[in-house]
Amino acid sequence: MRHLTSIRELDRDAALAILDLADELAQVNAREVKKLPTLRGKTVVNLFYENSTRTRVSFEIAATRLSADVINISSEVSSVAKGESLKDTAQTLEALGAAAIVVRHPNSGAAKQLAEMGWVQSSIINAGDGSHEHPTQALLDAMTIRQLFSTTDLAGLSVVIVGDLSHSRVARSNILLLNKLGAEVLIAGPAELVPEEMTAMGAKRFEDLDEALASRPDVVMMLRVQKERMASEFASEREYAKNWQLDSRRLNALPESSRIMHPGPMNRGLEISAEAADDPRSAILRQVTNGVSVRMAVLHTLLAADS
Amino acid sequence: MIVLKNLELASGERVDIEIDGDTIALIGNSKLSGIDCSGLLALPGFVDLHTHLREPGFEESETVLSGARSAAAGGYTTIFAMANSYPVADSAEAVEWLARHSSSLPIEIRPIGAVTKGLAGDELAELRAMANSAAEVRVFSDDGMCVSDEQLMRQALTLTREFGGLIAQHSQHPEQTVGSQMNAGALAIELGLVGWPAAAEEQIIKRDIELALELDAQLHVCHLTTAGAVDIVRWAKAKGARVTAEVTPHHLMLDEELVRSYDPVFKVNPPLRRAEDARVLSEALVDGTIDIVATDHAPHSQEKKECEWQNAAFGMVGLENAASVAQEVLIESGASDWNRFVEVMSSKPAEIGKLNADLSLAVGSLANLALVDPSERRTITPQTHSKSRNNPFRGRELPGKVVHTIYRGTFSKRDGEVQFG
Repeated sequence: MRHLTSIRELDRDAALAILDLADELAQVNAREVKKLPTLRGKTVVNLFYENSTRTRVSFEIAATRLSADVINISSEVSSVAKGESLKDTAQTLEALGAAAIVVRHPNSGAAKQLAEMGWVQSSIINAGDGSHEHPTQALLDAMTIRQLFSTTDLAGLSVVIVGDLSHSRVARSNILLLNKLGAEVLIAGPAELVPEEMTAMGAKRFEDLDEALASRPDVVMMLRVQKERMASEFASEREYAKNWQLDSRRLNALPESSRIMHPGPMNRGLEISAEAADDPRSAILRQVTNGVSVRMAVLHTLLAADS
Repeated sequence: MIVLKNLELASGERVDIEIDGDTIALIGNSKLSGIDCSGLLALPGFVDLHTHLREPGFEESETVLSGARSAAAGGYTTIFAMANSYPVADSAEAVEWLARHSSSLPIEIRPIGAVTKGLAGDELAELRAMANSAAEVRVFSDDGMCVSDEQLMRQALTLTREFGGLIAQHSQHPEQTVGSQMNAGALAIELGLVGWPAAAEEQIIKRDIELALELDAQLHVCHLTTAGAVDIVRWAKAKGARVTAEVTPHHLMLDEELVRSYDPVFKVNPPLRRAEDARVLSEALVDGTIDIVATDHAPHSQEKKECEWQNAAFGMVGLENAASVAQEVLIESGASDWNRFVEVMSSKPAEIGKLNADLSLAVGSLANLALVDPSERRTITPQTHSKSRNNPFRGRELPGKVVHTIYRGTFSKRDGEVQFG
């Protein structure tokens, strides 16, 4: 395995192997000296064409803990802003010695293009491409669910994903991975943001959040609402919150055994209430912590094998 | 005098052909010795009603000469050049320039005039002036853009009816396809790309057919891609509408699954549709609902295809694969025969395009011929005679090879080699 651009590239065993490795590496992260020599001498480039703090920092910490050299490039400070093509930028980074390029890009497919168009030999890791995929997010979510329910795969568990599914790369990667690991996936949100066609990826669709929650899902995954999109494409914040927020009423109706997740950053008071975010059933910070372990596992899997 | 020996005709008959000057002098048994053409099929030279030459304006992608060479390599002896050059072919001067500029080439290049000035869709171009010019334009199209304004389309159809012309429409409802990147549906959703709904094509076709019926005007539907569009055209023909339709090689054989690669070589407008649509298009080509194969040959330079899918240009080259695809769909499939092949590749596009010359294989006809080895199978390479390499069939094996192309009694391609430029 050389690249990770889509969950589709992982079969069940490969996904579980990454999750198992992430669990092992999590123990390193709990130690006082959180460092392994695995990727010493290798350079990992974070190439971010979109703003992101948490994903970039998570990859940076992951690479650093594996002793890789890390370079961060964002579109504001590089020749990317001067209109250099994706191909030229990637080839330049490779010429500078990048063993892996972690790429976030506003265009769906950009990571897969870097991996497969024959432009570069570096390993490509998709850190989010347009509204297509965000595979390491899905892996860290699966790692979190495995921990929360003490299971190996996710058979028998049900996960409801709520919000703007149509523009969400987190949702797509999660639907694919949760299915691979045996979970049942429900999707819920405003009709115009949850296309019927999405059920073809392996999800049951609800147009009413309360109806979806009535099935007593094991995990409720709230997606971030992009406010800039809201104004032009759908309802007011008030209306959205009323229909789709995990508010205190819905929180109280949720089974004790259910868990709440969110890929962050949260809009408290919009898709999720403060009560829900801070509820003991919330696993949101655990997701962030697990993100480092999962990204270490992915870097390890892609880069350590050939050393 | 060219003497071609031991040819097979579309009918299966074995003959020799003598060419004297620019005309066919004999079809039958020649007493003269000549070029042995055993194993080759003699077909009328192909006619493409839908080629994009990029000159003037975008010569890095294609010139009149490179496009002509690509066409000759593909067995074409006539191509119609779309109007979306820069400047746009929307005036008598512009269409006359192309006619003049291409007159010395061993291929006929017929200019298509723009329907609206600058393809902007605001006001009609000088249709009558283009028709009356030395280029004698009869086919008008804003291809690449849709004449979406109904009133303008009505005027254009009325005006072209006056001088026996037609409008070739790129059927794309603009408001329904803002930012569209691929066929709308489950795959577009999965890939996170903005969809191009079938309805956006079908609604325009339906509207234009109603106009054509009402005005008794002639409409040609460019690159039809959906099963629904086939139904509409079938209905229109049954109603007696003067409507014809074309399908491209890529829409016949390729489908949206290829977009999974995000390789922009598969980005085209209208988009590759479902495999089911491709199947229906093939059936419609066999049964005559679709009249012709037209390439929509759309060359683009490397940098316009080596970029993010969303930033890449729409379009594919097609002149050198089209006959092979038509053979695959009509002949190798067992669904039809070489007579139908000749109709869709030559006689019908010539008729729609109002070519005056007789292109049928008969004594006294113009000696425009494509000599094809149907038994050959070849692997398509991106490198062709076109200046561009955006070939979606690259790496695929297709049947048939054009061995010789003859234009008005002159070899434009001989033994696999293009003879000019």
